[in-house]
Amino acid sequence: MDAIILQILNGLDKGSAYALIALGLTLIFGTLGVVNFAHGALFMIGAFCAVTLNKILNLSFETLDPTRTDFLGNPLKVKTPYVESWFGPDVGAAIIDWSVPLAILFSIPVMIAIGFIMERGLIKHFYRRPHADQILVTFGLAIVLQELIKHYFGANQIATPAPDAFRGSFDFGAMLGLDPNVIIYPYWRLVYFAFAAVIIGGVFAFLQFTTFGMVVRAGMADRETVGLLGINIDRRFTIMFGIAAAVAGMAGVMYAPINSPNYHMGMDFLVLSFVVVVVGGMGSLPGAVLAGFLLGVLESFASMNAIKSLIPGIDQIIIYVAAIIILLMRPRGLMGRKGVMED
Amino acid sequence: MLGLGKKDFILLGIVAALVLLAPFILNPFPADSALAQFNAGYPDLMQRFMIFGIFAVGFNILFGLTGYLSFGHAAFLGVGSYSAVWMFKLLSMNVIPAIILSVVVAGLFALLIGFISLRRSGIYFSILTLAFAQMSFNLAYSVLTPLTNGETGLQLTLEDPRILGVSQTAAGGIPVTNLFGMEMRETTTLTLGGWAFQFNNGYYLCGALLLLAFYISIRIFRSPFGLMLRAVKSNQTRLNYTGLNTKPYTLAAFVISGMYAGLAGGLLASMDPLAGAERMQWTASGEVVLMTILGGAGTLIGPVLGAGFIKYFENIFSKINDNVLHSWFHILPDSIENAVIWVVEHFVGSGWHLTLGLLFMLVVTFLPGGLVQGGQKIGRLFRRRDAAAKATQSTPAE
Repeated sequence: MDAIILQILNGLDKGSAYALIALGLTLIFGTLGVVNFAHGALFMIGAFCAVTLNKILNLSFETLDPTRTDFLGNPLKVKTPYVESWFGPDVGAAIIDWSVPLAILFSIPVMIAIGFIMERGLIKHFYRRPHADQILVTFGLAIVLQELIKHYFGANQIATPAPDAFRGSFDFGAMLGLDPNVIIYPYWRLVYFAFAAVIIGGVFAFLQFTTFGMVVRAGMADRETVGLLGINIDRRFTIMFGIAAAVAGMAGVMYAPINSPNYHMGMDFLVLSFVVVVVGGMGSLPGAVLAGFLLGVLESFASMNAIKSLIPGIDQIIIYVAAIIILLMRPRGLMGRKGVMED
Repeated sequence: MLGLGKKDFILLGIVAALVLLAPFILNPFPADSALAQFNAGYPDLMQRFMIFGIFAVGFNILFGLTGYLSFGHAAFLGVGSYSAVWMFKLLSMNVIPAIILSVVVAGLFALLIGFISLRRSGIYFSILTLAFAQMSFNLAYSVLTPLTNGETGLQLTLEDPRILGVSQTAAGGIPVTNLFGMEMRETTTLTLGGWAFQFNNGYYLCGALLLLAFYISIRIFRSPFGLMLRAVKSNQTRLNYTGLNTKPYTLAAFVISGMYAGLAGGLLASMDPLAGAERMQWTASGEVVLMTILGGAGTLIGPVLGAGFIKYFENIFSKINDNVLHSWFHILPDSIENAVIWVVEHFVGSGWHLTLGLLFMLVVTFLPGGLVQGGQKIGRLFRRRDAAAKATQSTPAE
């Protein structure tokens, strides 16, 4: 029982990441009809927004402290970050400590800008081209973005810690009345899950309850008719692309403390996210979220020792096995719409 | 001739001439000149041109004719490599049985995967093939270690049985791959003035097989079967409505292209007898897609050109380093030199992938038909100019 709860919890945070990326992919696909292979790169750029903000906040100047000396007897050099000198040591340290959550605010405008540039500059020209061309051009773009990041941040992982308050883990089992020390769960992963739930809920609410969202949904269903009604649907779709980029970016920012960012993390997630999107059904937002969590939980169950000893190697391939079975049983994925991507 | 039309026969002849003379053509600069690093006429790279040419030609039979975009073709390449190395370990160092086995095994594997994946089309097909390839890759790394030797990769050892051959040579080393005694790695060097031309046995075996593969591909393109595959690409629904079952045709195309990939894998192992799981990773599958598109999908010669182009620049660009750049630009004043080098070094050496990505975006955006389309455009430009103004002298575009 406790093992099962633990695996479900483990699956939820991985599933949240899959679901967030898949949600963005589906938003782009559903609105613009473009298969965006650069979406993983957007996730990666989001994670590097967190790294960048952390570096900016840690910019510091050196002062000589005559009261203390280092081991050679010279006055000790003390590094003080600028934020600490501006806001005082306590507030400054707190700001640095909270750099990852702050990076969300930083990443939203950055990601929306990147999304706009991408859509207006490149993807706009690919609406009427075959899907293979879209895949290839965005794949090329993903390589370029990845190499640029590699050039400026290096090839190694960069540790980006979560705020002190969320470091460490808590005893989830004791809360449920089980034996203590059975289900230990890191705080940050719970934060990640809650964050993902908020974002997903936010996107759905935006699409469901605002006029803008209503127009976008109408455009997804029948773009031409909406255009004939005198609505500039292209501009709204561009904005949706920006939002999708921001969702991927925020997913990346929050993922930075879980897995230190490196330049190829986007590609690692991309393949799985595509599997998730296809399993959920191309163009279906609830499908993407459902499949994301489903595959995340399945993956963590398959990595249980009991199951691994039963079927060796299952943890490596479970997602793909599940994808194959689901696609063969339900041709359009879990919640796919008819007529999408079937030409 | 050979059952080909005149145009196709000329095309085959050109490819044959290129393959035969490649050691000269790819070696235009003297060995000790500063430009020698642009030479590609060394055996290892030339073998790769041929092998990846075969791979891309096979991929084109599936993607170029039927329009089914497979993202898992590297799996067949990997399977081919593994079977060839096992043949070297168990039977003999002769490459013939190894290549035959790798083609057969890859074909069977493709039959299995194709049978399941081809039940869907469009992006669903792409993801299914990708899923199968990633599964094979992950399994090769983990559970199948007894077969694949995991991360180390499958290698020959001195203890291998090699029933028809010897476990170790008289000198106590591992025997080398050969074709009835002709060693694959044997290279004859012809020195002519400053030039050193290398003729490698393995290269000519790969070249012969490329010609065979190319010939078969032309025959398929021109056959009723090929026409049927094109019909699948242009409108599969209509074919189904006329009461035709397209599955056997697409499956046959899938298996054939899988066998091509297996042949390429077997050759890779024959030239250098080791096989690793990274050959099956999805990036490797992506690479063959790139080659085909860059050259021109659906054309005969395109995939070969694309494969050669990518492999050439991958090898040459990634070798250029800071010192080389400094020696190129040392005529410029220092400040400009440093600025130029700062810009250029992003694109060469380890930055080669950046160049590849940019190239890729440019080709897909402006030349959707690949290099072949580019060549045709330039050709048409000349013809029009010739026709319009015969009197004016036209300058070559290159």
